Amino acid sequence: MLSYFLKRLFSLVPLLLGITFISFLIIHLAPGKPSYLKEMNPRISAEAQERLIRLYQLDKPILVQYIHWLKRVIKLDFGNSFADGRKVIVRIRERLPITLLINALSLFFILLFAFPVGIISSLKPNGVFDKCTTLFVFIGFSLPSFYLALLLMLLFGIKLGCLPISGIVSFNHSQLSSGERILDIAKHLILPVSVATFGGLAGFSRYVRANMIEVLKQDYIRTAYAQGIGRGRIVCKFALKNALLPLITILGLSVPGLLGGSVILESVFAIPGMGRLLYEATLSRDYPLIMGGVVIGAVLTLLGNLIADLCYAWADPRIRYQ
Amino acid sequence: MSRRFILSGSLIIGILIILALFAPLLSPYDPNKIDVENILSPPSKAHILGTDSLGRDLLSRILYGTRVSLKVGVVAVGIALLIGVAIGALAGYCSGRIDALLMRFVDIMLCFPTFFLLLSMVAFLRPTVFNIMLIIGLTSWMGVARIVRAEVLSIKEREFIRYIKAMGAGDMRIVSKHILPNVLPSILVVGILRMGGAILTESALSFLGLGVQPPIPSWGSILMEGKSVMDIAWWMSVFPGIAILLTVLGYNLLAEGIRTLAISRS
Amino acid sequence: MYILEVKNLKVYFSQKGKVLKAVDGISFFIREGESLGLAGESGSGKTVTALSLTRLVSHPYLLSGEVLFRGKNIFRLKSADLRKIRGAEIAYIFQNPLSSLNPVFTVGNQMIEIIRLHHRKTKREAEVYALKMLEKVGIPDAYKNLRSYPHQLSGGMNQRVMIAMALSCHPSLLIADEPTTNLDATTQVQILQLIERIKKEERLSLLFITHDLEILRRFTNRVAIMYAGQIVEIGENLFEKPFHPYTYALLSARSGIIPEQGLKGEAPSPFAFPAGCRFHPRCPFKRSICEEKEPILQEKKKGHFVACHFPQTMVK
Repeated sequence: MLSYFLKRLFSLVPLLLGITFISFLIIHLAPGKPSYLKEMNPRISAEAQERLIRLYQLDKPILVQYIHWLKRVIKLDFGNSFADGRKVIVRIRERLPITLLINALSLFFILLFAFPVGIISSLKPNGVFDKCTTLFVFIGFSLPSFYLALLLMLLFGIKLGCLPISGIVSFNHSQLSSGERILDIAKHLILPVSVATFGGLAGFSRYVRANMIEVLKQDYIRTAYAQGIGRGRIVCKFALKNALLPLITILGLSVPGLLGGSVILESVFAIPGMGRLLYEATLSRDYPLIMGGVVIGAVLTLLGNLIADLCYAWADPRIRYQ
Repeated sequence: MSRRFILSGSLIIGILIILALFAPLLSPYDPNKIDVENILSPPSKAHILGTDSLGRDLLSRILYGTRVSLKVGVVAVGIALLIGVAIGALAGYCSGRIDALLMRFVDIMLCFPTFFLLLSMVAFLRPTVFNIMLIIGLTSWMGVARIVRAEVLSIKEREFIRYIKAMGAGDMRIVSKHILPNVLPSILVVGILRMGGAILTESALSFLGLGVQPPIPSWGSILMEGKSVMDIAWWMSVFPGIAILLTVLGYNLLAEGIRTLAISRS
Repeated sequence: MYILEVKNLKVYFSQKGKVLKAVDGISFFIREGESLGLAGESGSGKTVTALSLTRLVSHPYLLSGEVLFRGKNIFRLKSADLRKIRGAEIAYIFQNPLSSLNPVFTVGNQMIEIIRLHHRKTKREAEVYALKMLEKVGIPDAYKNLRSYPHQLSGGMNQRVMIAMALSCHPSLLIADEPTTNLDATTQVQILQLIERIKKEERLSLLFITHDLEILRRFTNRVAIMYAGQIVEIGENLFEKPFHPYTYALLSARSGIIPEQGLKGEAPSPFAFPAGCRFHPRCPFKRSICEEKEPILQEKKKGHFVACHFPQTMVK
């Protein structure tokens, strides 16, 4: 187990190098000279432009630039934001928790609903229930999250007026008691989390269904039936645990999608998270902040994959006891 | 089942293509004609889907928006396929070190949350329609590369390829004449599927104000306007979304139909 | 007294709109304490027959006939009653023990599950009992192996675990579906001896399925030969005096006598069996009637039935 962990950790090194290199290339998407940057963002003062050149050492040979960039990234030093001059990493750090909270909540609800839906449709593939969920899945795949967000805002925020549609706290938040504060935040999170949940539900319930169908065909399921074990117990204990394993990997792979999705979600609902930070940075061409966000996003993805792999190795006795 | 999917999918896409081609004939108004008399008028006989905050006819704008969406879908996916097929075929055919290197590259690209990558590129490039398509293409080829590589790997080992190789055919010829045509069905499926995805991405970018810029009518940017007048003009945020939903649904149905048909055939 | 009687069992499946006749009207019985062997090529319907005896076949297009276990018709039982028979009265051992055991639960966990399902026992009692069963089937270091996962054990060990699980609820009929097929030769012998020993100790009746005729000759009282979803010959001392050309061909293919009269051609497709006798395209003795009329099982000798228009009397 320990050797597996170390091996896995070691394999991240080339990926990390790659991430820094690709993000470095993005800086150079801006064709040619740094003056182009000024053209893109007229608000960049001559001094800021000078700082940018110094930050990325844009006047040095390209290899020197990259090594310079790499050294800084390792120290998580992405320079200072154009907007307020504070360190990029500090700005990201204060915005990250709310993004992680929303994603964790949505994942929880996604799994909560995806399991029953996927399992029930796997029991009778092409049955009535399965056909209904197929329809739902297609709509889920085709519905833009921001459109769903708009519709829910229109319905609950404007027509019914029962849910807040913007931010994560009410304007009178500071005057509330601590219990009311939590309730206030929870209320603000209902719509964003619902939208994120709906988006992920379609895919996950499909995975659960596909895995269960595969597992239910296996020999050991037949053995369980032959021993007189009831169908409910076979599905919920013997099959489910096997079907769970590949889902751990999928869960890890869903991290970049969730993070990317939070850009849209947080922008629509005006949630001060990392996604919205990156969006604002893009609008104002705050390059240090953008680059920091991209690298941190990729590193978070790597972390997600690593955690998923370790969980898998721990959960699957075939890897745990090798 | 698969036939019904293909039928309904191609029906939707077919209608959309017709709408896009004949948008000037079908639109009741000039999509960019400002009409201060009719600002934000709700759906009526004169304006079936209502008007926007500049009094422009929503139906006409949505009809013209079809053009942008379909174009973005085709071109962005074209770029993604070009890169994906090239890298996937190279990796699958050469195997060994080149394969390992290229696939590592794909892994690295997949680490970036797509939308983060999109935003960073948007920030460095001018938001022209072509650049938007380019960016979407540049961030969505990885899945294509993986699929093509897997297929090429399996086809490469088949008897007839060995035979052709033994006959002395060159590598380029083997890949382009003999291997890629066999991968074509999978490329087709993933291409159609990606078109739906590309349209979703474009509309999301435009919705954030980072995609297709006004006055070009795009479904995403109409929705962005819709959001700001949501409390007084519901039609602005409802109808363009239906157009996106139907379009993407059409592509998804078509792709799924072809996929299941291909599975049941083999 | 028959412990199991099968009458006109038919199991059809539907695949892509076509009907696959896996088992097509077979009848046989097993006496109390007897071992019946079931042999045939792969695809002849042996496994489907075994599974359908406790309605284990999944999604059949047709499952008809009667399976009487101690006089009770299995096909008429409610599923709750059927579950009381599965495992407790009729137990199975399958081929591929590794894939037949659940990979994510320990051996002990799986054994305790089935023990507690059919007996009133606490977890602790069930574990003690499981240990006893493991020792009974010759698993060394039972305490440690109870906590092992199937992938940590060898194929032979896993098959012993399967046998221990099968025995743990004192069944009266054991169905062994090619239990030694994927094991190496030495292990094979050990497992066969184990099955023979427990059969005596537990006074089990046995249905033994295999394509290894030598095993059947040594371990079973009677043998049924299946071909294309039907039983073509059944009886005692089948191997000494086979009547059906197919049985004869099987035997000679194995022992190497008259190889040119051995099995020629391929088994027929279960989607479209040949008219008349299903064996006729491969039969060296076929005549015109064989292509038209289907032969029925007829008693050729006392207790020895054969389905052939021209049963051969060939002494090996």
